[in-house]
Amino acid sequence: MPRDNSIKSVLIIGSGPIIIGQACEFDYSGSQAARSLREEGVKVTLINSNPATIMTDPIVADKVYLKPLTVESIEEILEESDIDAVLPTMGGQTALNLAKECKELGVWERFNVRLIGVDIKAIDKAEDRELFRQWMIELGVPVAQARTANSLLEGKEFAQEIGLPIVIRPSFTLGGTGGGFVMHKEELDGALDRGLTASPIHEVLVEKAVLGWKEYELELLRDAADNVVIICTVENFDPMGIHTGDSITVAPAMTLSDTAFQLMRNTALMMMRDLGNFAGGCNVQFALNPETEEIIAIEINPRVSRSSALASKATGYPIAKIAAKLAIGYNLDELQNQITQTTSAYFEPALDYVIVKMPRWNFDKFKGADDTLGLQMKSVGEVMAIGRSFPEALQKACQSLENNATGLNYISRGQLRAEELIEYLKRPTWDRIFKIKEAMQAGVSIKTIHEITLIDKWFLYQIQDIISTENNITQQKNLEAITEDLMWKAKEMGFSDEQIADCLKDCNAEQVYEYRKQLGVTRVYKMVDTCSAEFEAKTPYYYSAFEKPALQIGAHALVQNESKRSDKKKIIVLGSGPNRIGQGIEFDYCCTHGLLAIKDSGYEAIMVNCNPETVSTDFDIADKLYFEPVYWEHLWEIIEHEQPEGVVVQLGGQTALKLAKRLHEKGIKIIGTSFDDMDIAEDRGRFSDLLKELNIPYPNYGTAYTTDEAIEVANQVGYPVLVRPSYVLGGQRMRIVINDDELEKSVVSLLKHLPGNKILIDHFLDRCQEAEIDAICDGEEVHIMGIMEHIEPAGIHSGDSHSVLPVFNLGPLVVDEMVDIAKKIALKLNIKGLINIQYAIKDSKVFVIEANPRASRTTPFIAKAYGVPFLHIATQVMMGVKKLKDFTIVKHLDGFAVKEPVFSFNKFPNVNKELGPEMKSTGEAIRFIKNLRDPWFRNLYKERSMHLSK
Amino acid sequence: MSTISTTKKAYLLLQDGTMMQGTSIGANGTAGGELCFNTGMTGYQEVFTDPSYTGQVLIMNTNYIGNYGVKSTDVESDKVTINAIICKNTTNRYSRPMADGDLGAYLLANNVVAIADIDTRALVAHVRTKGAMNCIVSTELDQVEALQAALTKVPDMSGLDLSSMVSTKEAYTVGTEQNTLRIAVLDFGVKRHILTSLAERGAYLKVFPAHTSMQEMETFQPHGYFISNGPGDPGAMDYAVATVKDIIAAHKPLFGICLGHQLLARANDIPTFKMHHGHRGLNHPVKNLLTGKSEITTQNHGFGIDPEVTKQKSNLTISHINLNDHSIEGIKMLDRPAFSVQYHPESTPGPHDSRYLFEDFIAMIKNNN
Repeated sequence: MPRDNSIKSVLIIGSGPIIIGQACEFDYSGSQAARSLREEGVKVTLINSNPATIMTDPIVADKVYLKPLTVESIEEILEESDIDAVLPTMGGQTALNLAKECKELGVWERFNVRLIGVDIKAIDKAEDRELFRQWMIELGVPVAQARTANSLLEGKEFAQEIGLPIVIRPSFTLGGTGGGFVMHKEELDGALDRGLTASPIHEVLVEKAVLGWKEYELELLRDAADNVVIICTVENFDPMGIHTGDSITVAPAMTLSDTAFQLMRNTALMMMRDLGNFAGGCNVQFALNPETEEIIAIEINPRVSRSSALASKATGYPIAKIAAKLAIGYNLDELQNQITQTTSAYFEPALDYVIVKMPRWNFDKFKGADDTLGLQMKSVGEVMAIGRSFPEALQKACQSLENNATGLNYISRGQLRAEELIEYLKRPTWDRIFKIKEAMQAGVSIKTIHEITLIDKWFLYQIQDIISTENNITQQKNLEAITEDLMWKAKEMGFSDEQIADCLKDCNAEQVYEYRKQLGVTRVYKMVDTCSAEFEAKTPYYYSAFEKPALQIGAHALVQNESKRSDKKKIIVLGSGPNRIGQGIEFDYCCTHGLLAIKDSGYEAIMVNCNPETVSTDFDIADKLYFEPVYWEHLWEIIEHEQPEGVVVQLGGQTALKLAKRLHEKGIKIIGTSFDDMDIAEDRGRFSDLLKELNIPYPNYGTAYTTDEAIEVANQVGYPVLVRPSYVLGGQRMRIVINDDELEKSVVSLLKHLPGNKILIDHFLDRCQEAEIDAICDGEEVHIMGIMEHIEPAGIHSGDSHSVLPVFNLGPLVVDEMVDIAKKIALKLNIKGLINIQYAIKDSKVFVIEANPRASRTTPFIAKAYGVPFLHIATQVMMGVKKLKDFTIVKHLDGFAVKEPVFSFNKFPNVNKELGPEMKSTGEAIRFIKNLRDPWFRNLYKERSMHLSK
Repeated sequence: MSTISTTKKAYLLLQDGTMMQGTSIGANGTAGGELCFNTGMTGYQEVFTDPSYTGQVLIMNTNYIGNYGVKSTDVESDKVTINAIICKNTTNRYSRPMADGDLGAYLLANNVVAIADIDTRALVAHVRTKGAMNCIVSTELDQVEALQAALTKVPDMSGLDLSSMVSTKEAYTVGTEQNTLRIAVLDFGVKRHILTSLAERGAYLKVFPAHTSMQEMETFQPHGYFISNGPGDPGAMDYAVATVKDIIAAHKPLFGICLGHQLLARANDIPTFKMHHGHRGLNHPVKNLLTGKSEITTQNHGFGIDPEVTKQKSNLTISHINLNDHSIEGIKMLDRPAFSVQYHPESTPGPHDSRYLFEDFIAMIKNNN
């Protein structure tokens, strides 16, 4: 059926603030859906309370409501705008639940709004554990033995009936919240209680645990005519028992025969076709018994998801974009493959590479959290790596993680003995993959590791292959002893130059790089094209690989490097790597705008990042996308190949910024503020000298490398002091201490985790007020984008504070002083682009705490609150193609905008919810208030000191 | 324990002079054929044993082969039919408990020359843009001249009748005699699973050698005829076209797959042609124009039927088209109980979307009697 022309205006529901289990993948799918619908001439209205999203930007939707995701907000929108239909499948569980609630209250009916993409019956069947089970049984699809319980007593009865081990799965929760395994009788009561409490309808499924079965996910698209295609099959490296969001996953499936795969495909098709009214993207999960190859259905999600975002990046097939078109009536066979632009959208992508997704955790932020991996998702972000083989993709994923891993070779390698490692592996933890390698190196057999971890042996064999290549390198007496064949082998298996240097010990990464270039071992770039090169593709989406050149070129050239350098002037934008606390979706927003501004200025915009949840790595945002680790070696070869005018490091958070030094040393132009000026801002000593020179007050400070030095400095600057390591993110390991004893404890702990780090010790201005400014400077003029005042007193990390735009309590003299200081600093630092300055105000005196010469966490918030495309302006200023005077900036804000931090503490029941100088929030919401008498605001203000840590 | 030895080198030379070095992962020797590619991500063993691949050197463009071992039942004929294999990665260590051996040993046992560590993606793009061409793979010859000499001996696929070579020499039956519905199968290199698909649906089959006449097959008293898939150029098979003409002239129900489809076309005076680089894989989108539904299909063909002539035929209709290039994927005669498809509904390996065609055939036979 062609497009339904009665749908002229669609409301898309977003997923709200980032929390564990529901992150920026929904910004990616929502933005894609919005753009897809607008392509069809449909008017798109969007609701989301998350200001850091691209989907809530005027470039994506016709009308944006930055409002809480509540029935009241929906009613308000429907009163105001003429909406024909609502698309609830793009905003995760939050959007589905809200759509369902509105349906129950008759809101859609009252405003004559159609639900498109999915109907409530289908949602219920998929989301309600018991309905799902019954449905599967009717269909003849095997499921694990289970019963639904609504009380503790029922749960205990069923557990007894089914027998341990069991799984508790709460209904209608996301990311497996409240779920868990029960291996022993004494854990049962607690687990049932947690599950029942987590479920909004006080319902859990008590299910027989199928430990050790292999886990697979199929991403599908279905249209209203019942055409179904499998876009991607994802195999979990970690078997059943670990949430797929916390599992290392691989695509395509690595260990499935055609017969086993077709059984899954047939079953998934049957489930999809029987789901009811549904047109869009869907995810089906199966467990497979490796001995018999029988399968059971685990769950079905009738919406786009984290997995579909991953599948889109993994295959090149834009699932959300096509799903949106299916929702307005198109059939798959009427649509075109967006990548080849010549073939049909009705097909199943074929991959000639391997992708590995690795989750990124932040347990260091949640002291006391149980870091055992299980049914409940605990990771805060993820990376994806693409390679021509599994070892290559795996090691590239490690290089993308930004935790100092140079490959499958974690830097803080423990000195555990074999028995200790076996013991360690019994409990799944975030570093399991690294420990498996260590265990093998310590002589533990694959058989034993398989028995403990139940990880498929094929993957273990691959890790063993990595080790044998590593051993081969280690055995060489020096760099020159490495043969061309061995170098190819090492690089084909994903070893970084740094890793090879570590094995050899007589050279550094730079020398390995020079040597392999002499041998001709260099990267080529391959395209992600959905079709294994069967058709010509138009989309410039690349990854690097090592391919030996042909011995002889015949009558026709053989194209091994598919990324052709264009004649255009080009600029590279560095992304921010995996999301984590302190560096998340806001930088995706910044990068996306940066890329668009670069394109608008007539340059070719090239994106480099490895985070599959991002909009900035969507296939049609940049002119060219390199899906690669934001890791020096990979970046450098891209630069060598592309020869850009320069590199933008201001938009990708600290990740991008910290590469500035090496770029500068290599003579690569940093777009905007120079490296040296950025270094002044980043280096505590140089920055204080600058403040002193400008006569700007700052808290007394000092630096130390040892505990004794630290005590001396602390006494000089005066207690209380703020102790923190240098060059970290989101106030990692930052503490406020009041005496020598406390100081010693925190310095010892800090040096244990970050040996050799320069420790910064600042006098802490107790009971002062905090505020910050974001500004753009073109070297001559400074524009103050916004001034924000924190509601909470100093001592709580700015990312965890409520901040109010504009200031609400600070006097005009103080504000003038802050502005004056910001201008002085920006001009003195020759800022070209963005700067963020943080202040402490005590007794009306303004102190500068720090300055960040880059886009900050609050830049998108200010842009949204004022309705000004600040990132676009900043990027053009950075590039020097425009001056501030070329823009007319008009801010619209009626009243105040409040940035509200959102936490994911419910994932870590044992963690103390107190706040301090170390950031813990995972996301944020924006809330507009008319005036300071707003009851929500008054309550917030009253409780501002409630969560402060002691 | 080591994986596949990396010491044994192998060489690949294409007709246009492109030469590459890789690692030998199969038998020692030299083998040539027409270079073609398959993009399927599962089912390598089924592909290697598919008689339609006879005479070809296959680029497996998926990232791994050998990853789940080999299993005696995952085959489409008794032996490996392809001439040589080109791939990127292979693993001899597998985890599948149901497998009964590793790929390396299997290739050795079947005497198949295979080369790994090749930039298969670049090669696929090469074939896509430059068209099908012959090539040679060798573990013995490392000099261009020697490879070149071996390459010239590889026959051109056009005009080649390979089917009579791979067809059964003796007629044999499949299924139980109790099944009252009898189908005669004309074997040009039939895939095992086609026979299973028919037998499973209640048919008793007799499989006849390629050169069997209709009169001879009539002695089996079949209710319908199945014209099989197979390798080679349909343009070189006038004897088979004559047989198909006899069957349709007799108003007997007929179903053809792949080569069988091309023969039904030729029996209707529709010419066939050699495609630029063919369709081979598990993800080809086909639309059934009679039902409006679409299906993902398994394909393996290097020849096609002429679209213009087909469209002019008033006695048949185009039942299926390819959604990628709009080529003809199926025809149905209007005045005879005969239809055929270019793709492989038995789909081993591949999606099972098109298996309804076997039911359609059985229903057609029943309606006809």
